[in-house]
Amino acid sequence: MAHSADSYYVPHSSYWPIIASVALTIGVVGAANWFNGNSTGQITLYIGLALVAFMMFGWFGAVINESLKGMYNEQVDRSFRQGMMWFIFSEVMFFAAFFGALFYARALSVPWLLGEGIGMSTNMTLWAGYGENWPTNGPGNVGGDFQTMGAWGVPALNTALLLASGVTITIAHHALKAGNNAKTVIWLVATVLLGIIFLGFQAYEYIHAYHDLNLTLESGIYGSTFYMLTGFHGFHVTLGTAMLIIITWRAAKSHFNPEHHFAFEGVAWYWHFVDVVWLGLFIFVYVL
Amino acid sequence: MSTATATHDGDHHDHGPAKGLMRWITTTNHKDIGTLYLLFALIMFFIGGAMALVIRAELFQPGMQVVDPQFFNSMTTVHALLMIFGAVMPAFTGLANWLIPMQIGAPDMALPRMNNFSFWILPFAFTLLLSTFFMSGGGPAGGWTLYPPLSLQMGDGFPFMIFAIHLAGISSIMGSINVIVTILNMRAPGMTLMKMPLFVWTWLITAYLLIATMPVLAGAVTMLLTDKFAGTSFFSAAGGGDPVMYQHIFWFFGHPEVYILILPAFGIISAIVPTFARKPLFGYSSMVYATASIAFLSFIVWAHHMFTVGMPVVGELFFMYATMMIAVPTGVKIFNWVSTMWKGSMTFETPMLFAIGFIMMFTIGGFSGLMLAIAPADFQYHDTYFVVAHFHYVLVTGAVYSIMAAAYFWLPKWTGNMYDEKLGRIHFWISTISVNVLFFPQHFLGLAGMPRRIPDYAVQFADWNMISSIGGFVFGLSQLMFVWIIFKTIRGGEKATDEVWEGAKGLEWTLSSPPPYHSFNVAPEVK
Amino acid sequence: MVMLSRKWLKLLLGALGFYAGAASADYSLLNMTQGVTETSRAVYDLHMIIFWVCVVIGIVVFGAMIYSIINHRKSKGFKAAQFHESTTMEIVWTVIPIVILVSMAIPATKVLLAMEDTSDADMTIKVTGIQWKWKYDYIDGEAEGVSFVSSLHPDHNEARLLGVDADLERFEDTYLLEVDNPLVVPTGQKIRFLLTAADVIHAWWVPELGWKKDAIPGFINEGWTYIEEPGVYRGQCAELCGKDHGFMPIVVVAKSPSDYKAWVAEQKGAAALADASAGREWTKDELMVKGEAVYKTNCAACHLPNGAGVPPAFPALAGSPIAIGDAAAHIDMVMNGKSGTAMAAYKGILNDVDMAAVITYERNAWGNSASVVQPAEIKAKR
Ligand code: HEA
Ligand code: HEA
Ligand code: HEC
Ligand code: CUA
Ligand SMILES: [Cu+2]
Repeated sequence: MAHSADSYYVPHSSYWPIIASVALTIGVVGAANWFNGNSTGQITLYIGLALVAFMMFGWFGAVINESLKGMYNEQVDRSFRQGMMWFIFSEVMFFAAFFGALFYARALSVPWLLGEGIGMSTNMTLWAGYGENWPTNGPGNVGGDFQTMGAWGVPALNTALLLASGVTITIAHHALKAGNNAKTVIWLVATVLLGIIFLGFQAYEYIHAYHDLNLTLESGIYGSTFYMLTGFHGFHVTLGTAMLIIITWRAAKSHFNPEHHFAFEGVAWYWHFVDVVWLGLFIFVYVL
Repeated sequence: MSTATATHDGDHHDHGPAKGLMRWITTTNHKDIGTLYLLFALIMFFIGGAMALVIRAELFQPGMQVVDPQFFNSMTTVHALLMIFGAVMPAFTGLANWLIPMQIGAPDMALPRMNNFSFWILPFAFTLLLSTFFMSGGGPAGGWTLYPPLSLQMGDGFPFMIFAIHLAGISSIMGSINVIVTILNMRAPGMTLMKMPLFVWTWLITAYLLIATMPVLAGAVTMLLTDKFAGTSFFSAAGGGDPVMYQHIFWFFGHPEVYILILPAFGIISAIVPTFARKPLFGYSSMVYATASIAFLSFIVWAHHMFTVGMPVVGELFFMYATMMIAVPTGVKIFNWVSTMWKGSMTFETPMLFAIGFIMMFTIGGFSGLMLAIAPADFQYHDTYFVVAHFHYVLVTGAVYSIMAAAYFWLPKWTGNMYDEKLGRIHFWISTISVNVLFFPQHFLGLAGMPRRIPDYAVQFADWNMISSIGGFVFGLSQLMFVWIIFKTIRGGEKATDEVWEGAKGLEWTLSSPPPYHSFNVAPEVK
Repeated sequence: MVMLSRKWLKLLLGALGFYAGAASADYSLLNMTQGVTETSRAVYDLHMIIFWVCVVIGIVVFGAMIYSIINHRKSKGFKAAQFHESTTMEIVWTVIPIVILVSMAIPATKVLLAMEDTSDADMTIKVTGIQWKWKYDYIDGEAEGVSFVSSLHPDHNEARLLGVDADLERFEDTYLLEVDNPLVVPTGQKIRFLLTAADVIHAWWVPELGWKKDAIPGFINEGWTYIEEPGVYRGQCAELCGKDHGFMPIVVVAKSPSDYKAWVAEQKGAAALADASAGREWTKDELMVKGEAVYKTNCAACHLPNGAGVPPAFPALAGSPIAIGDAAAHIDMVMNGKSGTAMAAYKGILNDVDMAAVITYERNAWGNSASVVQPAEIKAKR
């Protein structure tokens, strides 16, 4: 039967979703066992993750194939785009939870513990002597004394790197729309490299924080918010970089044409999202 | 809407669905997936209901008889988690799957493979959740709200429970993305936004609530996980955090969540009442605006669950005023339904009975909600059975009733067979009498001072508890009738016409009963 | 007003066909208590106003619906009208509820502001929620320094553990609402409460005082009351706090100023006695007897009366390496608890003698056999 350009493609059936569910379940069962200190946990987790990777290659591979065969019309393309946009929105809300925790701690719970506002009796009765404002590891000095990461060293550099990568991917996009494949690939490679350097710096920063500053995940609320925010961000950069590598490879194979390149755009949006989150981080975690 | 027709994987196209188990596991068809969701929801409703009956059995009389206190707490906790995340939400998603493509003239959901994924995560998620009962330390027992530090005292099941919530959340987010994209992108030509049936509208708004709040819940439980296992101090004062911070994050999700559980119900009632009143819905556009207002307000009222945590008084005032405001758009809905019935030409088949039951009893639940919103009075009501009565009126006689109404209403369309009207009516009347025997006395218990989440109580509360328990058993058993009626209808029965109901309006009624496997291969023209 | 609703409720009961005995005629089992303070009466009034507002709106809405259901039905040959819009109506039924709500918000705001005003208190009591008991510290005033733990009365505790065999009727209306050491307060004084918790969140609630407030670990919440009449007022923990959340009652005994004075003197005398005894050397038998009592009220809920615990959630103490090992580790565990588990720090809960006694008891009961710990050792470690 014909796949005419103006009919909506509905796949008939697929094994990938059930594989995905099983893979995720194995993964989380592994992680849970690991947290509980069971010896089989870690390996189970890795099996789950490997299955997730396998599933992603398979599923996205199927989608790429269908796309290359021209089975997707403009409407399908629009569905993908809208889907991606709302997915990114949900990610924004995930980060919002952690930013919310940061703001809550800085604007409310720490001042209360310090005796401000409704916290007067809290400070006097329970935490007399606690007087350390942000950055703090709390009245219990949880995790021991620590130093914070200055904003204007590595973090500022990382900001510049990510902003630059936002520019390079935009150049790549323009090149793609102009039909210049070679240029697209070059600028994508540049973007990937910037992402990898960013991650390298981030890793260096963590090592520095753990070894020299005694700033750990256990350093009270400061350490908690610092690592959870930068950690989840770093995780998203890692995912973004992996996706960039894949579209670079696909661009090199000329999968995209000037009109039809949802995968490229989806990844670009994702990358910009990661970028914007970093700006929030830079301002609220490092600078202020 | 430039395009209309649909393509399917080559060869199988005219053969309909594949056979056997694999059909259900690999299906991408919105009707198959809708059926799976509905079936799953029904199973969860029964498991969750069985737990409710354990609760009611222990509370049948004062003294400890049936279970130990720890297990009682996990019954309460898991009952709520199953009912909310396992029964009501998947049931609504199942209805969305069945109905949205048919109501907007689309061939299927926009992202069919992801649709399958959204469903099939759920059985795994809830298996994980239930498996915690067999682990050392037992099932979750900290209440469905999982407040720390108590929830952190759970045993080995803890990370499994957290991950189960993550998985269910992923499912909801993907399901909502699918709904939004389908509605925004797949409407038939001429189906403008302001022509969409209200069920579609309410689900669109619900889907936005879901993608805005489920990730926040995921964040909250992730923080629980790291507080327990990674040494973080989000919810511990010694480290500068605050246990109450969890409550703020949770209820930022949790309050919109309760509207997630009721907005699609509003859509269903807005479809059923005009049908059986044989009169168009009164105030269509104000219904849409009211739904949007409720959704908006639901984001700024969360701390009405936390009046007693010791917020600054300006916070208490703000949340009290904002919460009271929600009565206004909700009232608009009630008044519009009543006006739709007014001077209609009504008949009272089972779906209409459930819809009328919904309007009356949901309003009672709404009234007690408004009482709870009065902060100083909530200092007395909070964490008593008055709250339990409130939310069961809006959830059981609200959300669950709307689902039952929907099942009776669309079952003939789905199966091609009429259900047994006489049994349907009996089911309605037994349910409605018993559910009031079950939950109305809980108002009295709460006002008289009985706290919620306790396995044993002072003897003066004995009478009302016994009455409530009897109501519970009758209500529970009468749901077996519901299953029987559905089963019978699937098996056979009087053939349904395409229109099914005399007053039915909308695209789904233009399709055959049962509808073809792929709803609209050629998009209908909507004038 | 009262009469009306009582009649209505009786009617409802009759209709249910269940029961119309003495209890249901007791109005206090149907409605919120008016309580014994100005606050509680204000709250009661708010409750009744909003209740009647809802009833009236309900009569209007349900009345219209029922009228329509009875008259506008097809079986009566009623033909459907086709109107389906009216902006005027929409505005009317938006504005009227807003007006109602605003007029409700005004008195509610007044009461709330008064309730949250804890200034100018005559005395302050610190209340600490602990799984599953309350600790009271008198911070200032006549009774300054008095401090004790209040838990479910042993008779009631025994009854609830007995399950089906328990005879509950003998407790009349106080089953599960009785404690060993009630909170005693004077009438005619503004009493400020500082609420906090040692482990998880609890909530301190006595309905007759008109409010409840959460007790949150690491933070202090404030509340106040002013009781006019002497009496015994009962309440319960109102925030899920684990296994025995339902067994954590509160009893407030309000005494006239003179009776209160006498009670304070008695407490101070007992405290002085305890202080003196903390200094002296105790015999093992004395410690064992006292320790058993302390153990029953404080530890048995988790570690069970026979020391078997409920592994793995709550470890057995019989044969526990800590309980039969080095005394220092044992003392440390009990004094400081173990964070992240249900084992709370008892430093602030038990005095030196009780602490020494319970540790000695654990080290020598249920077949354990290890050293005796003296109150002086505990004192040194504080
Ligand atoms: C479907 C779910 C649902 C719905 C729709 C609602 C609707 C409302 N709820 Fe409810 N609520 C829950 C589910 C729901 N709730 C749950 C599950 C809990 C407990 C969670 C837990 O702790 O475990 C809870 C708890 C809860 C609390 C916290 C109580 C406490 O713990 O102390 C409060 C407090 O303000 C509240 C208020 C309201 C209000 C004002 C509405 C309003 O939306 C109601 C509006 C409707 C009406 C008012 C009726 C119709 C209107 C008219 C006829 C117009 C005219 C009326 C007037 C002007 C009065 N709810
Ligand atoms: C949509 C949500 C939903 C639904 C549908 C229900 C339905 C019911 N709930 Fe629900 N409930 C909650 C949501 C819901 N509940 C929430 C959120 C809480 C708060 C939890 C917390 O505090 O953390 C709660 C708490 C709660 C309590 C308070 C517990 C406590 O505080 O200690 C009670 C007590 O009576 C109760 C009872 C019931 C009953 C009797 C039903 C009935 O309607 C159920 C009826 C259905 C059945 C009974 C079906 C099963 C039938 C059978 C099992 C027949 C026999 C057949 C076989 C065994 C095969 N619930
Ligand atoms: C709320 C429950 C609870 C109460 C009440 C409680 N404990 Fe514990 N206790 C625990 C838990 C949980 C542990 C395990 C801590 C851990 O993981 O090491 C524990 C551990 C202990 C241990 C160490 C045992 C071992 O082998 O590790 C001792 C000793 C002990 N408790 C003594 C006491 C005493 C004395 C009291 C009363 C004054 C008491 N406990 C009250 C919960 C409780
Ligand atoms: Cu303490 Cu509930
Ligand atoms: Cu709410």
